Parts: sequence; structure tokens; C-alpha cells
Amino acid sequence: MNFTMARNLFFVLALFWLNLGLLQGQDLEKLLDEAVDEGTNYTSATFKSTRIVTGHSVERMPKGQLDFRISHRFGLINSGAYNFFGLDQANIHLGLEYGINNWLMVGYGRGTFEKTYDGFLKFSILRQSTGTKTMPISLSYFNSLAINTLRWEIPDTKLNFWNRASFVHQILVARKFNERFSLELNPTYVHRNMVATELDPNDLFALGAGARMKLSRRISINIEYYYVVPPINDYRSEKTYDPLSIGFDIETGGHVFQLFFSNSLAMIEKGFIGETTGNWGNGDIHFGFNISRVFNLSK
Amino acid sequence: MLFGQRYICKNGHVSFNGSTPLENIEANNHQAASILDASTGELVFTVLIKSFEFKQALMQEHFNENYMESDKFPKATFKGKITNLSSFNFTKDGTFNVDATGDLTIHGVTKPITIKGVIVVKNGDVSANSKFIVKPVDYNIQIPKLVEGKIAKEIEVNTDLAYSKM
Repeated sequence: MNFTMARNLFFVLALFWLNLGLLQGQDLEKLLDEAVDEGTNYTSATFKSTRIVTGHSVERMPKGQLDFRISHRFGLINSGAYNFFGLDQANIHLGLEYGINNWLMVGYGRGTFEKTYDGFLKFSILRQSTGTKTMPISLSYFNSLAINTLRWEIPDTKLNFWNRASFVHQILVARKFNERFSLELNPTYVHRNMVATELDPNDLFALGAGARMKLSRRISINIEYYYVVPPINDYRSEKTYDPLSIGFDIETGGHVFQLFFSNSLAMIEKGFIGETTGNWGNGDIHFGFNISRVFNLSK
Repeated sequence: MLFGQRYICKNGHVSFNGSTPLENIEANNHQAASILDASTGELVFTVLIKSFEFKQALMQEHFNENYMESDKFPKATFKGKITNLSSFNFTKDGTFNVDATGDLTIHGVTKPITIKGVIVVKNGDVSANSKFIVKPVDYNIQIPKLVEGKIAKEIEVNTDLAYSKM
């Protein structure tokens, strides 16, 4: 064996040893992380409930889950102590809402305000995610139909069923920025088949904005505002205001309680976007609360 | 063989049961991953918290949001070693009782643990099963007073991992 061979052998051995050392020293955990595909991580709980305050959030009832919602809106706080600051009068909306599958939910409800029956569909189109599939936002489409069933009090005139109907279309776009903060924007179109006078618009356009800030693991503060585009020639029979609601979500197991203040009396889109007559500036504020109880109907 | 043979499992099954008479709390995860080094007995095991599936979607959301805080602590891991490695070998078919000692990290809290398990070697493939108890209180998982009676104080965890050669 000459010198060159010995040297080569030395290098080979040295490399071998080095290699061995590297392999042995390699952290098994890192190796595991590399070997395993991360997958797609879908964002959950952008909002705690299917509503931000009164309006819809991007959240949808998951498949096979039934949400029984009892929503209350009391009278005006500025109606004074005689009316117990509005608590003597209660408006109520009862709703049953169900997740058909993992992209569609349906809901049916009845509210005191204008004795309205309503039904809606909400489709999840995009879901915020990271990982293999990355999507910065969640997007849903909301569509509802409401029928006013107040007695028609004008004699000798007849109304057909669809005269009392109104429709809402909304695109719900939301992003959960971090564990604590979520923001949503809702471009909205409301069509009312019949309005109070000729001067009132049948079509309304609005942009809703809602936010949620988590205060603790089970409590969050929620704010919701809809900017309603005023009609060009504004001779409406009744002055309406943009709805603004501020409240808290309190979560306990299968229930979510929402306590809030709002200038709107109606609890469905068509009502609070088009028929909010309270003005925060005058103290026309209603106290309200919603209870959501979820039942699991799937096996 | 010069280097220790390593075994990997990518789709292991982990389940847990924290049921009480008041509430049925069970979840399954079929995406547990693990590597086992047959020469040193070293064992790592990770599981994504968000991959646990519950029958009730709302319970799953609460598990992630309120209890495990899975955005902050996305994984649970075990890093340890099989301590009685000398009592069996991976080249012969058979069933062996093993003890693995190491650190279990859940919800950002790391605690030493010894897990008893069974390793089955068959035709060169290795599978491992174990059952152990995790107490939420040990891992700083807060359970509010209101639901205290609904969630077991001791959660039974089952793992079922099928390894193949790396």
C-alpha cells in the first residue's frame, strides 16, 4: 500500500465517519416534520356564531347541526323608567337553522317586527386556509326571503302574496387576522316588492362591516355597522338611519349568548337595513340578547 | 446493517376518550406521525391537534378554540426512548411489551411520562399500540367550573401506529 492509497483510504474513512456522525446527530423530530405533509389548515371560528350581532357572519352551521335561536330586542332605552327603559316591550325572533352539508345552511324564522316569516340560504364558497391550499379570506353568499304578514287594513283593495315579499342578497367576505381579531365586509342588495309610498325606493344598496375582538377565551366584543346608500332623490316617507350594533358574545358549552345595544328593532336583514328608525344620537337605543342553542342531529 | 434501521408511520390512529355520564367526548385522529429508530430505541411522535375529529362539529371547535388553543399550540409531541430495547429484536416476528420513557408535550406544556405499549413485528413490519392517561390539569388545559362535571379528569388516549421501513 503506497502513500496515495493510504491517503485515499483515510479520506474515505473520514467521510464515512462524518456521514455517520451527521446521520446519527440528525434530530428525529426534524426528520419527521420533513417526511409528513402539512396538509391544508382551515381557519375555524372566524366568528363565534352565525351572526356578528344581528347580521350574518361567514360562519355556517356545520353538517347535521341544528341551531335554535331566540333573539330578543327590547323597546327604546330612552323611553324612560316608566317603560323600565324599554324592557316592558319585547320584540322576538325565533329561528331554526340547520347545516345541510359542509357548504350549505338553511334557516327559517318568525319575528314580531311586521309579523314577518323569513327563510334563508347561506353558501360557503371560499374558506380561509393555510398550508397546501392557501386562501386569505372566507367568502359566503347569503340569500333570504321575508314575508310581511301584518293584516292589510285598506278596504276594497287586494294584495297578492308576492306584494309582501322582500329579498336580500349578500356577499360575506371575512378574514380572521389572528386568534383574537376578525373582520368582515358585506356588500348587500335589498329588494322590496312593495314599499309604503311611491317615493320610497324598492331597491336598497348597503355595505356592512363587522368585527370581532376576543377579550378572553369565551368572551368577545362584536361591532356591526351597515352603511345604507341613500336614494338619489331622498323624499322617503320615513327617515331611516344606518344600523349600528355593539355587543358581547359569551360562550358556554353548547350555547352562545349575545348581549348588545342597537338602534334597530328588526332582527332580519330586510328590516334592520331598510327600516331602522332609531338614531344613536338621540339615544334611540334598544337593548337586546340572542341565545343560540346547538343540537347535534347527525350520528 | 451499519446504520440503525428506522421505521416511519404517517397515518397512525390516535383516539381519546374523556366521556362522563353527562357528555360523550370522543375524538379520532388518523394523521398521527412517528419515527422509530430500531437501533437506539429513539421514538418521536407528533399529532396535529386540529386533525382530531369529533362527532359534534361544535365540540371540535371548542376543543380547538377554548381548550387546546390549537392556533397557538398546533401539535402534541412525544419524544423518548424505548428503555427495554435489549429484550427483543426487530428482525424476528413476535409480540413484545415495551416501555417508552420521554417527554410528552401538549398545549405547550412538557411533562415526563412513561408509556407502556405493545410492539408487534410481522414480516419486517412493525406496529405499536399503547394506552395511557392524560390529565388536562397537568397540561394547563383549563376547564371552566360550569362544564367541570361534563369532562373527565383523566383522559384515556389510545394510539395505534403501523410503521414501515424508511
